[in-house]
Amino acid sequence: MTTPSISLHLTLRAVVVVALALAVSGCSANWGWYVVDPTIPSGASNLLFLLSGLKYTILLSLTAIAISIFTGLLIALPGLSEKPLFRGINRTYVELIRAVPILVMILWVYYGLPQLADISIGVFWAGVIALALSDSAFEAEIFRAGIQSIGKGQYEAAHSISLSYTDTMRFVILPQAIRRILPALGNQLVYMLKMSSLVSVIGMQELTRKANELVVSQYRPLEIYTILVLEYLVLILIVSAGVRWLERRLKTDERN
Amino acid sequence: MDAGRSEPVIRMENVSKFFDDFQALKDVSLDVALGEKVVVCGPSGSGKSTLIRCINRLEKHQSGTIRVAGVELDDRRESLNAVRANVGMVFQQFNLFPHLTVLQNLTLGPVRARKMPAAKARDLAMRYLERVRIPEQAGKYPRQLSGGQQQRVAIARSLCMEPKIMLFDEPTSALDPEMINEVLEVMAELAASGMTMICVTHEMGFARRVADKMVFMDYGEIVEMSDPAKFFTAPESQRCRDFLEKILHH
Repeated sequence: MTTPSISLHLTLRAVVVVALALAVSGCSANWGWYVVDPTIPSGASNLLFLLSGLKYTILLSLTAIAISIFTGLLIALPGLSEKPLFRGINRTYVELIRAVPILVMILWVYYGLPQLADISIGVFWAGVIALALSDSAFEAEIFRAGIQSIGKGQYEAAHSISLSYTDTMRFVILPQAIRRILPALGNQLVYMLKMSSLVSVIGMQELTRKANELVVSQYRPLEIYTILVLEYLVLILIVSAGVRWLERRLKTDERN
Repeated sequence: MDAGRSEPVIRMENVSKFFDDFQALKDVSLDVALGEKVVVCGPSGSGKSTLIRCINRLEKHQSGTIRVAGVELDDRRESLNAVRANVGMVFQQFNLFPHLTVLQNLTLGPVRARKMPAAKARDLAMRYLERVRIPEQAGKYPRQLSGGQQQRVAIARSLCMEPKIMLFDEPTSALDPEMINEVLEVMAELAASGMTMICVTHEMGFARRVADKMVFMDYGEIVEMSDPAKFFTAPESQRCRDFLEKILHH
């Protein structure tokens, strides 16, 4: 229980030290930290403006990852089938989606999809759909690898106690597979948080968009983007610690 | 036991099974009566495991017929149900569910497949854990148990489904020598209770004690099938004599 919070603590402290070092060096190299200095009113309001993007970055990433994990699992299952048709569906989806760059996917979903399907999609949901779609192909491959890593004996034992396919997956295979793929799922969540910055191009008011807007009015890109880097860094360190904690908790379940 | 006279609960007729070009079973015929104990032995790769795996349809045979409790095994749902309702299996590698406690391992089948209320499944599980003499381990995870204990849990897990027939696929081969007896003891008690059993094993002491019928397989064929008294004293085929020579006097 103590190690991860200590390591998070140490990392955060290192981050603060680096930030201070940058700030100090800034004094001699014409850095203008006043733009985000919380002790002066304009700096404080700029800082709050930057932080206000946090809500959408988090909301967007979490919604997208939840959808993509669910979709990824649904796409992974036919990939494990003995029937070539089902495997074909899985392969086609994965290869097709994986080949589209995320930025292109965002543009296509926001500008293209409404025209194709004759619907209107807001910026937030366009971002969620694009990110979830892109990520689902990777989640599908992660799930497939995880499920395939579970030995044949587990299926045979489940068969021998009469479990249906759904129950075998739900109670025997997936609980074990998910423990194994947790580090990879954590990776994808980190990746998602970073890729959510791309949704700024269609006007989503998340961290990167806020920083861009502030740069335009304040002309201090170095300081503002440095704060942006730190925002992502802190966010992702917290997510990493969370994933590690979950990993350990699930492991103790087995050892007790 | 008058096992021989009742209607066979398993009837295999001219069963053949191929893995690609390799023929694992050649024209195998075997009847097992209700309550009968059959011990199958033979060199590795002789088809013993394949034989019993065909009986609960972990493997599909390509020709011949297998009937379990009167139902022919094929791709129909009814076949699957017949196997599920009647046949339990114990594996060489135990195959317990590592993420579930001993008790959860035992109740999963009854609750999910037999739609038993949780409390009733729990009572049933505890009853069988007592029968295999490890009720005190109910809350532990499989990896906390010794191999012998794990295999006894696996036996209890099968029994919780209350099958008519139990299949044992080399249940003691993965165990350290000092743990073999505790598992054989449980199996012998199960045999004494009247369970129909087919055991693939090289434990000839156990075979002498419980078997009604001995089967010797080699190259996918049943080479010799007889009662234990004759099997151990006067086997007919040379291959069987050679085999017994090797495993009895090593």
